[in-house]
Amino acid sequence: MVQKLDYLRESPSQTAGPYVHIGCTPNFTGIGIYGGDLGTAMKTGPVQGQEIVIKGTVFDGTGTPLRDAMIEIWQPDAAGLFASANETRGTPDPNFTGWGRSPGDMETGEFIFDTVKPGAVPMPDGRMQAPHITAWIVARGINIGLHTRIYFEDEAEANAKDPLLSGIEHQNRVPTLLARKEGEGQYRFDIHLQGPDETIFLDI
Amino acid sequence: MSTGPKTGGFVPRDRGWQPDALTPPYKTSVKRSPQAALLSFPTTLSEETSPVFGHGILGELDNDLILNFAQPGQSAIGPRIIVHGRVLDEMGRPVPGALLEFWQANAGGRYRHKKEKYQAALDPNFGGCGRTITGEDGSYEFRTVMPGPYPWPNGMNDWRPAHIHFSVFGHGFAQRLITQMYFEGDPLIPLCPIVGVLKSQEAIDQLTAPLDMHRTVPMDARAYKFDIVLRGRRQNYFENRVEGL
Repeated sequence: MVQKLDYLRESPSQTAGPYVHIGCTPNFTGIGIYGGDLGTAMKTGPVQGQEIVIKGTVFDGTGTPLRDAMIEIWQPDAAGLFASANETRGTPDPNFTGWGRSPGDMETGEFIFDTVKPGAVPMPDGRMQAPHITAWIVARGINIGLHTRIYFEDEAEANAKDPLLSGIEHQNRVPTLLARKEGEGQYRFDIHLQGPDETIFLDI
Repeated sequence: MSTGPKTGGFVPRDRGWQPDALTPPYKTSVKRSPQAALLSFPTTLSEETSPVFGHGILGELDNDLILNFAQPGQSAIGPRIIVHGRVLDEMGRPVPGALLEFWQANAGGRYRHKKEKYQAALDPNFGGCGRTITGEDGSYEFRTVMPGPYPWPNGMNDWRPAHIHFSVFGHGFAQRLITQMYFEGDPLIPLCPIVGVLKSQEAIDQLTAPLDMHRTVPMDARAYKFDIVLRGRRQNYFENRVEGL
């Protein structure tokens, strides 16, 4: 016998179900409460850096848009600083929360984030990562929330050196992590849960 | 310079413990489950930081589902219960300042949602959502009514056991979690295809709240205790040394 490791086990995940919006964006479902839904506005005043809009849709394995998903994004400000208690490298933009939550459009499922282009953030070992946004997707039928990252197709030089992107075995799948530029400050990032265009999801 | 322990990355998620993406008895998972392997990557600042939610965002009744949607002088119908517990990490450390959001059906098993088809009646005084933030010791509590079980379209006769959904923010986005709490003694638990995605009885037990008579308010509300565990973060003196040193 050996001594016992007395760590706890992470609570098992369960699906967010079809009614996640009641809990997380109640005003969106018509339950007027809390004085508004959290994560609706990422800007609380004039922000530093380039303002951008990211639109996208989550598709299932048949190509059908999900209309009951919830997408959250988390990112640093234009200088690469997070509005987090764990940020020790400097003072982030006071008018930028870095966190957005979208229930998607009730009819089309399209989500929209009105945000800023994130600055680059280093790895713990000091290597620089390309600018990216962390994304998390939950919905009915998804047993555990899916993590992915939104990189930018117009950051080719930084992307080429990014430790995560450059380490991907199937380089032909890298475009699934790139937001496509549709205009000045306009990007599209569709998420495919399954199929030939399946988005790369992270165990992170 | 700090002499305290340096903080490392989050402990990897135990994918052998957490449910798989593809679980055919839960039919919706079939076309919504990624088929390629997940890309494993150590956490970076992007996952080791998280938004901060101060107690200032909370309204007085946010953690009281019996009253937070009720007309003045009215209250939600159903068995009154208190749900309480602590949010801890895998190392057993309390997680203070964690935002918990919860949602549930009413006592008849009906959600307040336009896509909900169940014939059970809406309760005009019950909205079905609440939220709170954990205290310094990781503790939380809220008051609600016992949700009812309800039928759902999956198999021909599938019923969800009574449950409350929880969404949890810890201190790093890597800890982000949504789960469900079940109630001790519910005979529908072993029959449910969504419970069935859990890989062991131990996992089911971890999501099943026991009746807690110690916290029950006599002549008022029963209590159930539900602790939540988030991923832990390494705290090693030897972590984060510059490569090669």
